[in-house]
Amino acid sequence: MNMRSENFTMAPRQTSRNASGNTHASAPAKLSVQDLNFYYGSFQAIKNVSMEIPAHQVTAYIGPSGCGKSTLLRCFNRMHDLYPGLKTEGGILLDGQDIHASGVDINLLRARIGMVFQKPTPFPMSVYDNIAFGVKLYERLSRRDMDERVEWALKKAALWNEVKDKLKTNGQALSGGQQQRLCIARTIAVKPEVILLDEPTSALDPISTGYIEDLIHELKTEYTIVIVTHNMQQAARVSDITAFMYLGELIECGHTDQIFTDPEKKQTEDYITGRYG
Amino acid sequence: MTTGSSVTPQAAEGDRMQKLSASGHERSALKRNGLVDRVFEITTRGSALLVLLLLGTITGSLILAGWPALSELGLSFFTDDRWAANVNRFGALPAIYGTLVTSLIAIAIAIPVSLGIAIFLTEICPPKLRRTIGTMVELLAGVPSIIYGMWGMEVLAPFLQSHFPSVFPAGTGLTTAGLILAIMIIPFITAVTRDVMNTVPSIMRESAYGLGCTTWEVVRHVIFPSVKAGMLGGVILGLGRALGETMAVTFVIGNNLFLNATVTGQGTSIAALIANQFSEADGLQRSALLLLGLVLFLITFAVLALARFMLNRMNQRAPS
Repeated sequence: MNMRSENFTMAPRQTSRNASGNTHASAPAKLSVQDLNFYYGSFQAIKNVSMEIPAHQVTAYIGPSGCGKSTLLRCFNRMHDLYPGLKTEGGILLDGQDIHASGVDINLLRARIGMVFQKPTPFPMSVYDNIAFGVKLYERLSRRDMDERVEWALKKAALWNEVKDKLKTNGQALSGGQQQRLCIARTIAVKPEVILLDEPTSALDPISTGYIEDLIHELKTEYTIVIVTHNMQQAARVSDITAFMYLGELIECGHTDQIFTDPEKKQTEDYITGRYG
Repeated sequence: MTTGSSVTPQAAEGDRMQKLSASGHERSALKRNGLVDRVFEITTRGSALLVLLLLGTITGSLILAGWPALSELGLSFFTDDRWAANVNRFGALPAIYGTLVTSLIAIAIAIPVSLGIAIFLTEICPPKLRRTIGTMVELLAGVPSIIYGMWGMEVLAPFLQSHFPSVFPAGTGLTTAGLILAIMIIPFITAVTRDVMNTVPSIMRESAYGLGCTTWEVVRHVIFPSVKAGMLGGVILGLGRALGETMAVTFVIGNNLFLNATVTGQGTSIAALIANQFSEADGLQRSALLLLGLVLFLITFAVLALARFMLNRMNQRAPS
């Protein structure tokens, strides 16, 4: 895709796909989670999770608060490395490469796996610079190429028409829904391969939420998308694969239609029908 | 002054028309609360007015006491480069120059060092060490200035004199005083900077790291722009202290009453000059020293006003 991908690791490790046997889609696995355990100090937040996330599909994690879905999402771009006292065991493979291998550059990893958070987090700079900032970290573009990239990202995020006349205003002056789309545009602009969405619409009104859900549909043709959501209807609307987590365990994972209409596990059915959580 | 107490369950049950008319019991409660309210308002307003009164009185008495010197010396008070009581020459220039130079040296050293400490403490330091270093910085703020003065005279000045004799021929001097002042204000600027950096939400940091930023890039482009205005507050606090600091400066500045245009040579500051001479001064000299005090007061005031102006401009540019 670009030069970033090639020097992501110094020695790519060959692993056979489908090793964990948990494949649901015909698409090849973009991310593969293998016997993952995660600890906040002595508290185990993720217990023995194995699953695969297919490329160019939307995978949604649902489950009650504290079930470990956000924690798992944050394992994918090693966000936990920022904080001491947290421990990850087991493997996560991106295109077959272990993201915890010693040759992995964590900044390049995060450039390949973008993330959008619960709340909009525009940087204290102009709308234009919010987009250009991430791009400049790894690419050297001419002024015109950068203008094109910014416009492209803002169009992708369905924000261009609203901000094209105020690219120089501070990104923090936009409305909440616009800010969140700006954050998505910023993430897309660096052309990652995977986009992680951590409850991206929890702070937004229904109209902005609609925009972002449409956007997710658009984006999956080019990116692999993983979304954590509290809203089951949202998971049903936007995702191809749904994974249900409870108390740190992956209870069930399958095609979204099947999970919502004919779940295999009693716990999944109880959660989906609103009996707990 | 009506309070919610006029609506009781009884009134709520009763006729709508009667809702707002209080019973006898309620009326006495209202009266009592009204009185407490009044007393509360008067005392808080009084305390606030006291500040204005004090400020006005101090300024007024400085002007009154300095007036004889100002009328006798005129503008030469500000332009004469020599303060010599024995020949009745009272030029404030050496002291004003010394005050400004020492404070600027102190700020120039303290800002980068404090920023470094604050960045290390909030972004890089492991939590265990964070508490230790943080406490030590706070202890540094609590060291009395006379200790810094003695240390500067006994340790720092001889050290500078023996290691850099060409730059610091006497050891003491404006730069030595600036160094001591820098050490004294670093804890203030560090504490304020650290606190404002901690107010940047962690989700903001994570977003920047999530794009692939290194720690330096996060600090440079995301944290620093968010805390600039707050940091300025800490710098002004430090500058205010540096301008008026007396004891430590008097020990190490050299107390040379001639204008010396170098920054490493000996000189004096407004506060040091007043401290040295005030107890034995009378007549015109005493009045000139008080006038000097007024000048220091005005300089500090100007710095605060400038800071407020800069803060307002920053806030206008960045909406929040």
